[in-house]
Amino acid sequence: MRRLLFLLPMTLLLLLGLFLLVGLGLNPRLIPSPLVDRPAPAFTLPALEDPERRVGHTDLQGRVALVNVWASWCTSCRREHRVLSDLARRHDLPLYGINYKDERADALAYLGRFGNPYRWNGHDREGRAGIDWGVYGTPETFVLDADGRIRYKHAGPLTPERVQREILPLVARLRQEDP
Amino acid sequence: MMKKTTWLLLLLLAAPIPAWTQGVDPTRFDDPALEARYRDLLHELRCTVCQNQSLADSNAGLARDLRREVREQLRAGVSDARITEYMVARYGDFVLYRPPLSGRTLLLWTGPFLLLALGLGALLLVARQSRRAGVRPTVDAAARERARRLLEGEDKA
Repeated sequence: MRRLLFLLPMTLLLLLGLFLLVGLGLNPRLIPSPLVDRPAPAFTLPALEDPERRVGHTDLQGRVALVNVWASWCTSCRREHRVLSDLARRHDLPLYGINYKDERADALAYLGRFGNPYRWNGHDREGRAGIDWGVYGTPETFVLDADGRIRYKHAGPLTPERVQREILPLVARLRQEDP
Repeated sequence: MMKKTTWLLLLLLAAPIPAWTQGVDPTRFDDPALEARYRDLLHELRCTVCQNQSLADSNAGLARDLRREVREQLRAGVSDARITEYMVARYGDFVLYRPPLSGRTLLLWTGPFLLLALGLGALLLVARQSRRAGVRPTVDAAARERARRLLEGEDKA
């Protein structure tokens, strides 16, 4: 019994160490979104390309699709731009953009410079649609099923590895669900 | 006297400016009750960008937007519970400095008390055992005599 008691602090210490070790590997910026498995938040925004035109959540239904929140001032958006464009083109995924807290001219210049892979872009100048989508940092990418339900969210720039490992398998599964 | 004042002044210089004097926008509600609710809400909600700051402290763009949202909802007569719900629906329990008690947060809430109970238990156990073992003289008479002489300074050479 006494010996066990001696082991107790050591065990507790090891346990604490284990927790800390696991904690080191966690990314505190990844906050689980309560929006996953819920219908995409309702919104209507003026289109970036044409302020007279309105775009919104109703356009997102019918097919498995991607929604990407980006801005011209966001440097990690630039980093993922190529990955995102390839993903949309090669796998025939409709990609919609929410241009978050940006100036129209800046955003259009960005698209002119890096290419425009988006079907449309909603111009969310005040960031209100962003709040409804639970955006806390650009870029953020959502995968929607054919019913317009959010099935996956990724905060931060997309990497080819993440696309391969998580997004493509999910897209394949979602397409099977609703051919 | 002079010295005391100088010290006091130096101490004042060293005092940190509280963070809450910085972040919050200089908006005022005409109604002091509304103003109080606004402040309370902001201190209960966490900024998701700069994670160790509340909405009241943070100067991040998102925090500013969320403050605007809270202000507008307060003006529109929305209850505190509704506003909190609104935030949680978008950003999850993470935005709450006091997450609700649920299966997932059970350990979070009870953990400190569990650890306290564990520590108290261990303390009691050790105390009981050492009492049962009794106090054994570990110093023999000769050593005791030497210690006494040392203390009284007789041994000083």
